[in-house]
Amino acid sequence: MSKVSIPPHHHLPGLATLNRRSLLKTAGYISLQFPLLLSGQEALSANANEPVRLPGDLQTNRTLSAWLRVNADQTITLLVGKVELGQGVLTAVGQVCAEELDVNISRIRITSGDTRLVPNEGVTAGSFSMPYCATAVQYASAEVRHILLSLAAEKWSLPIDSLRVKDGVIASTTGQTLTYWDLVLGGALEREATGTIAPKDPSLYRYIGQSMPRIDFPLKMTGQSIFVQELTLPGMLHARVVRPPSYRSRLLSVNVSRAQAMPGVVKVVRNGSFLGVIAKRESQADAASRVLEKSAKWQTDTQMPTHDGIFDWLLKAPTHTVKAIKSQARASSEGVSQVLEATYQRPFHMHASIGTSCAVATFTPDADMVIQLHSQSVFETGLSIAKMLGLPANKVHCKHMQGAGCYGHNMADDAAADAALLAKEVMGSPVRLQYTRAQEHQWEPYGSAMVVKTQASLSASGEILDWDLKLWSNPHQVRPNGDPGNLLSARYLEKPFDLVIPENGGPPNYAADRNAIALYEFKGHKVTTNFITEMPVRASSTRGLGAYANVFSIESFMDEVAAKLQVDPIEHRLRYLKDTRARDVLQKVTSLLGPKPVVKAANMGRGVAFARYKNIACYCAVAFEVEVNPQTGSIRVLKAFVAADAGQLVNPDGVKNQLEGGLIQSLSWTLKEEVKFNDTTILSEDWASYPILRFSEVPPVHIELINRPGMPFLGAGEAAQGPTAAALANAVFDAIGVRLRRIPFTPDRVREGLAKGQS
Amino acid sequence: MLTFKLNGQRVQSNAAQSESLLSVLIEDFHINGSKFGCGRLQCGSCTVLVDGKPLRACGAPVSSVAGRSVQTLEGLTQAGVPSRLQQAFIDEQAAQCGYCISGMILTAQACLERNPNPSEQEVRQALDANLCRCGAHNRIVKAVLRAAKKVGS
Repeated sequence: MSKVSIPPHHHLPGLATLNRRSLLKTAGYISLQFPLLLSGQEALSANANEPVRLPGDLQTNRTLSAWLRVNADQTITLLVGKVELGQGVLTAVGQVCAEELDVNISRIRITSGDTRLVPNEGVTAGSFSMPYCATAVQYASAEVRHILLSLAAEKWSLPIDSLRVKDGVIASTTGQTLTYWDLVLGGALEREATGTIAPKDPSLYRYIGQSMPRIDFPLKMTGQSIFVQELTLPGMLHARVVRPPSYRSRLLSVNVSRAQAMPGVVKVVRNGSFLGVIAKRESQADAASRVLEKSAKWQTDTQMPTHDGIFDWLLKAPTHTVKAIKSQARASSEGVSQVLEATYQRPFHMHASIGTSCAVATFTPDADMVIQLHSQSVFETGLSIAKMLGLPANKVHCKHMQGAGCYGHNMADDAAADAALLAKEVMGSPVRLQYTRAQEHQWEPYGSAMVVKTQASLSASGEILDWDLKLWSNPHQVRPNGDPGNLLSARYLEKPFDLVIPENGGPPNYAADRNAIALYEFKGHKVTTNFITEMPVRASSTRGLGAYANVFSIESFMDEVAAKLQVDPIEHRLRYLKDTRARDVLQKVTSLLGPKPVVKAANMGRGVAFARYKNIACYCAVAFEVEVNPQTGSIRVLKAFVAADAGQLVNPDGVKNQLEGGLIQSLSWTLKEEVKFNDTTILSEDWASYPILRFSEVPPVHIELINRPGMPFLGAGEAAQGPTAAALANAVFDAIGVRLRRIPFTPDRVREGLAKGQS
Repeated sequence: MLTFKLNGQRVQSNAAQSESLLSVLIEDFHINGSKFGCGRLQCGSCTVLVDGKPLRACGAPVSSVAGRSVQTLEGLTQAGVPSRLQQAFIDEQAAQCGYCISGMILTAQACLERNPNPSEQEVRQALDANLCRCGAHNRIVKAVLRAAKKVGS
């Protein structure tokens, strides 16, 4: 991949030219006051006092040097606030940087997620990394390249348009050359971006749009250290925490001295109802934690509604806000000939990372808390931990390292907080904390259970006149956003921090009601969110948030209406779908599925579903072929197809990997997964009690991408979650005439549906 | 004192005999490949090869490998060059987060040694007790088949 040759740069029409006299004469330094005379003046704000709106996260991190450094060793340092969650984002932003700077990608060094080094880009979530981070990198790199070319043009008194650049070497037509490293050696790009330098024309791309191999894979495939779980620091100690038997618990008593006397134990830490132990070896910490657990006496209460009772609980929940997020009354007066209704349910789902969460914290002798963590929100989590520990914000230094895939807000932040709580007790010694499997399964914040009720009124001619969707959900965003109450252990300290009452997310991204507004154009269209803030079990952001259940409901119901009207489900959708890119993916996936068999085989079925994630990100249509065994009730997915449009593709193979992974994970949620709990305890405590999809159950997945050169990057990591659930329900209905409206689609529920003869 | 072979080198461990092989590999020998996943023999992240056979290192006491030969992901790489199977995983981009991959590669290595030319179904069967949460299953299967093809050629 490093052998890609870079053709001479061509001048782009409309590219701005710099006033030569404005260039600072001091070699290698570009002034903050650099006055630019740009052709793209319209991009500048009309009001001189208002800062220009900059692309992506340049808007919030406006200095070029915050993103890019040109190094003396002929490398480029790219600094990003977004972090690698195992989805390949750093490979993609590296491609964008190399592309726009015109350097070989092998020169790019990426620093990510270190709160003292990188721009604060907030949380890495919500499929935002490509539109926000990659777009910022694109514009920042294009602008830095332009500045470097302008410096060379100034030096040679030549027009900038006449210069060429190849791998950081600028050449004039008369044979002079200067390198990027000559030009800014020892200097800085300490100036604000203007955002007015147009990125390259897509026809010139050599890195963007290429399936570049992931930069982290050779390390991961050969066992070189990269995960925080592998981090070993000199003098490092190991820790375990002891969790209560249920969420609402108070530690009454514990025999600390017995654990304290065990081999290798350095310190038992009790702070209110938070209990932990630090030892020389992990096995010693583990053994001591078991002794503590045995002797601990807790006061608990029994308030949980159980996993079967949760749906009724949500509908009757005492504390909720009701909000109409869409209320479009129908202007026309056609008569309603029939009304269809359905209710859909999703249970709590786990992130269920393969690696349990881990962090290493060191309380240094100068009272800095340095934490290596795999959080999605290094800045906000650092701030939350500082407040929890009573430290000034600038004394907590978070350094992101990769962990096992998280798919949302799992226990990464809690592990960081627990490691810090314990490290504070042993100044100078790094403390490594990793949870047990049961702790991860039982204490992580789950994706919220939801109830969605849909209603459609139909005209005599079979048109949907009024569409009404109501949803009931717990919060989906309970991240540590600077508040200690969102860190699990902070709630159990002697001076506890309360959980801040979470808010729902508003437009355009939404949270519980993400994708609750169907992209279809109906004459009457109402959507109502019942947002329940009281959380009987811990919940927070899980891949797709509410979109998973909302798309499942919308796309199942569209099929139910089509079936009732005896029309083709694809034609039925296209009738109400005006967005051409949406139509394109739906039609594409239909063609991948191929023509319908003339005679339908018994117990075999096909189903399709579509959504544009958040109605603003990746377009994604999913199709399945399934076979249902009516005796056992088991559903076997034979083939899976995806058609997607993620705008301008940066790394097509990376996008395919994300979509396929999302589909398989959602298939796992939909076929198998449900967090089980009684009135006191979470019962899903390991992979036996919370099974996930296995190799023998994973279908072949065929994916086609529609590239949109020059269009904005659209995040794709969560696009398949909702359509997968609905396409599966629709395929099962096609196969056996049973409509599954409660996730997961277990064999019992299939058999129950068959027994009822339900449709 | 306990002696065993680790990636071809004779090593000694002073750890308590009851300590898990996984802890000893990580803490005393700084092995990165083998990961803690569940501690309950359910996920396969910690898989190592003992005398060529897959073993879940989280549940095996270190004493169980006395005098035996343990191979980890690191041990497949020779002089910095990834093994054929490791290279096939790189070529197929067969991962997302990669946390489960050490267990996948070592389980597949044992599968290929037993059966150098497996069918796709046999590969799926061999890996069925190894869990991946990212959904990289199909790529992993392709990588194993790719390496197998090279063995045959």
